[in-house]
This record gives sequence, structure tokens and C-alpha cells, in this order.
Amino acid sequence: MESIRNILADQFWFSIVLGLVVFGGIQGAVAYAILLERKLSAWTQDRYGPNRVGPYGLLQPIADGLKFFLKEDIIPANVDRALFIFAPWMIFVVALVGFAVIPWGGSFKFGWMSETAKPLVVQVASVDIGLLYIVAVSSLSVYGVVLGGWASNNKYSFYGGLRAAAQMLSYEVPMGMCLMAAILMTGSLRLEEMVDWQARHGWAVMYHPLAALVLFITALAEANRMPFDLAESEQELIGGYHTEYSALKLALFFLAEYSHMITSSAMMICIFFGGYLVPGWTWLNTTTTFGAALARVAVLAFKIFLFICLYMLIRWTIPRFRFDQLMRLAWKGLVPMTMAVVAAQGIVLYMGWSQWVTLPVNVGVLLFGGFVSVAGGKAVTGRQLSMRRVEAIG
Amino acid sequence: MTAKPDWKQTDIVYVDQPELSMTERLYLPQIFGGMKTTLRHMFKKKLRDDMVVQYPEQKRTLRKENYRGVHRLNRDDQGRVACVACFMCETACPAHCIHIEGAPSPWPDREKYPIKFDIDELRCIYCGMCEEACPVDAIELTPEYQLVGHSREEMIFDKEKLLSVFDRTKDEKPRKNPNITGY
Repeated sequence: MESIRNILADQFWFSIVLGLVVFGGIQGAVAYAILLERKLSAWTQDRYGPNRVGPYGLLQPIADGLKFFLKEDIIPANVDRALFIFAPWMIFVVALVGFAVIPWGGSFKFGWMSETAKPLVVQVASVDIGLLYIVAVSSLSVYGVVLGGWASNNKYSFYGGLRAAAQMLSYEVPMGMCLMAAILMTGSLRLEEMVDWQARHGWAVMYHPLAALVLFITALAEANRMPFDLAESEQELIGGYHTEYSALKLALFFLAEYSHMITSSAMMICIFFGGYLVPGWTWLNTTTTFGAALARVAVLAFKIFLFICLYMLIRWTIPRFRFDQLMRLAWKGLVPMTMAVVAAQGIVLYMGWSQWVTLPVNVGVLLFGGFVSVAGGKAVTGRQLSMRRVEAIG
Repeated sequence: MTAKPDWKQTDIVYVDQPELSMTERLYLPQIFGGMKTTLRHMFKKKLRDDMVVQYPEQKRTLRKENYRGVHRLNRDDQGRVACVACFMCETACPAHCIHIEGAPSPWPDREKYPIKFDIDELRCIYCGMCEEACPVDAIELTPEYQLVGHSREEMIFDKEKLLSVFDRTKDEKPRKNPNITGY
């Protein structure tokens, strides 16, 4: 018993235990996120959703998982075998390692730890480049999509992979800009320090609402969610990059997509929405007991839940963008706007002005963007030149 | 030589796409409007309670007179098969799912009767042409739609099975014209 306590009191071993717990927790969360998705989509379409397996269909994820395991795992004859097998694992692993730097619940001490002991951090790896690490890892996931599409030896799959690659490249740019504004403001790349900064100054979304909004949009695009799911648009590409996949490999693609949703919402929450803290709740924000740490984890989990619900509501509200509209939105809309926001943040920092200056700048940039789009002609509606009105002759 | 079109270029009215306003260009107000609709449907439990039929427990009410489900072979008032083996239904069937073998009838009121009458329920497209074609109203479609089996062979309904469908459904849907006997 004593030795277990000593091991848990050491940050290294605690991180390993936490990593295993997070790994298991994420698997469960993903399974139930899929159930939530099915339920929410059913409700928005005036249906009930899965309600046969267990009470209210709560055991449905287990049935689904079993089904995926029992299905025949087909590898088509002419695929690039090595890459075909590698791609789903690649995307799966990449989606999971992103969780390493998410700060789940600040620091705490077990009751048996001495006063002088260093408090434990509820974070698998507390590294200086935390945010950079998440960005790097989450953009790696496109490799899985492209490799899957390429290895399938199927033109539809390949189109899906190509679209995903182009889309990720485009949306990385405004995403990086948004993160840059947040980094400039908080002065740190560590997510836990960003959360602490927000504990002192209030949620960052108050200073940079536009950056938070654009970050949310790019997160949708990065996770290949509606309305940016061109990589797997069923009407055009059958299933997109995972058309040829079956059984466990297909399940891995879905696991990766949903874990990506969870990572990106956790990241957004830590940067712009106060992380695991609740403003004004002193006990939660300052206590260093194990119970308080658990409560902070619960707060973060609840915020992630709200974000995932929002993802799903958006999925059933907005139709898919056409590819040129998608590109136009990224390069002509989001990139210039976020550039202006970053520039404003830089000036505020250099001149030493109040941080509140960025709030009107954010709103102003958004309105100015809308004004330019109205003044700039019809292009934004997606109307093509060939559809211009032809003058009647004779 | 191409025919001269009977329309003039001036007949064509080109309709422009409506211009988008500032709020529409910004996407966001429109998106929030859409989210409102989505949310409204999400929390309207009554709507889905009214619409959804929980199938195995609840069943839809069908119009029994003309629902086209499983076939049946009618019996006449003496309990004999009403069919006179005229092959009209087999001829009319667009899916070629009816196979009849006729034989001289043992009864004085008709010349022939079927010794075999098979319907392949898997080939059938439930168009009801056989019912239309039958001169003695011997073959009819019933409101039964729960048609399952473990094998293809099981789904080929023979004469006895079709007659048993009649016994099962005659109260639910009485024979349309019981007075026709013989031919």
C-alpha cells in the first residue's frame, strides 16, 4: 500500500497511470459520442434513434463495437496492402496522442502527500510546446486520410483523400492565426498557463470572439465534420477515403474522427473558454485536493460535451459547402480576417494598451469583412460566370 | 433540315439569383436561425411521438381492401379451391412468378382445376396483375406484409400454403365476389 502511494505521488508514474486512464476514457467517450450523434440526429429529424439495446439504447455502442469486431475484414485485391493496413492505425494513433498535452484538471496533492511535496499535474505530459504539439499532431491526421484514399486504389477514395489534404492545408492557416492571437495574448504555449491566464483575466473569448469563432470553424474543417466533410461526401464519393474499408479498420477511422472532435474541443476550451475553471467558483479554482481536481476534470468534460453537442447540431443544420466555396471561405474570408486580428493583437501588445482594445477590433473586422463581401460583388454566393444573365437577342 | 423552333428568344425570362444582404453574407445570423429550427425539432418530443411507429409493438393501420401483400387462393362456399386453372394470372404476371399445373376437374361445375399452384414470393413484385386477370376472383392479394422465411425454397408458396393464407385472412378481408363458381 505504501509503495503504491509512493509511486502515485511521483509525477512520472502518475502520468503513466493517467495516460492509461485517459486512453480508456477516450475510447468510452468516443463510443458514447457516436451514440449521442445518432440520438441527436434522430431527435432533430423527429425520430427516436437507437432505443432497443438496453434502456434508451444505452448499450448500443457495445453492440456496435462487437459488430465491428465480428465483421469480415475485407482487403480488396488490388490495394497497396501495406499502406492500406497502415493508414487506419496511423490516423488512430495520431488522434490519440493529441490528448497527451491537454490539461485535464490543474494540479493537486493526494491527502497522504507531505506539505513540501511537489503537487501533481493532471496532464500526461506537461511540455513547453504544448499547443504547438497539438497543432502538429492533429494536422498529421490528414496523412491517414490521404494514405487511406491512395492505398484503396479507388478513384472515389483518392478524390476524398485529395480533398481532405487541400482542405486541411487551407484551414491550417487561419487556425494557426487564431492560435497566434491567443499565444500573443497569454504569452505562453503551455495550455495550463493559458488556463491560468484566463483565471486571472477572464475567458479569452471575451477579448477575441472572432478568433474563437474562426478557431471553431477551422476545428470543424480539421475534423472533417459537416459542413466541411467533403472528404467523405456520400452523394459524390460513396464513402470518400474509407469506401474500401470494412470491419475494425473502418471502426478505427470513426474512432479517430470522434477523438479528433474531443481533442479539438478540449483545445478550444483551454484556449478560449477557461479550460477546467469556472469563473467565480473559488473552491474549484484554487483548492489542491484530489476531489477538487476530479471536479475540475468533470467541468472540462462537461464543456467538451457541450462543444460536441454543438458540433452535432451544426451537422444537422448547415448543408455541405461546395469545394470552391470552401476554399473561398478559407482564403478570402478567414485568412485576411484572422491576419487583421493577429496584427491588432501585436500592436496592442507592443503599445502596452489594455487587452480590451481587441474586442472592438474583432467585431469591427467581422463587420468589415461582411461589408467587403457585399461591396465586392456576387462572387461569394458561388454564382459562376457562366451563369450570368444573357442579354436577349431578337 | 432542322425544324424552326416555335419559341422566340424573347420568350425566355432569365431569373437572377436574389442579391444577398449583409446579414446573409456574414453567414452567422442565418446559421443561428437554422440552429433555432434544429433545436426546436430536437426538443419537440410530441412531434416524434405522433410520427414514429414503433414497428414490432405498434403497427400502421392499412387500407385492407386494396393493400397488396401476400397472395391467397380463395376457396368457394364448399371449401374447394376456387381456381379453374385457366392460366390467366400466369400469363399476366410480369415477374413470371406463378406456376400452375392444371388437371381435369373431379367436380361437374368446371372443366379444370389446379393440382399445383406455386407462387415465388421472392420473384413477385406485388403488382396485383394476377388479381386483375383472374376471371373467377380466385387469386387475391391480402393485407399481410410480414413475409419472412429461412430459405428461398420456403418462400415459394404452394397451393396448400396459399389456401391456408385464405383461411387466415378471410375474416380480415372477405372474398370480393364469392358468387363466382365454376367457369
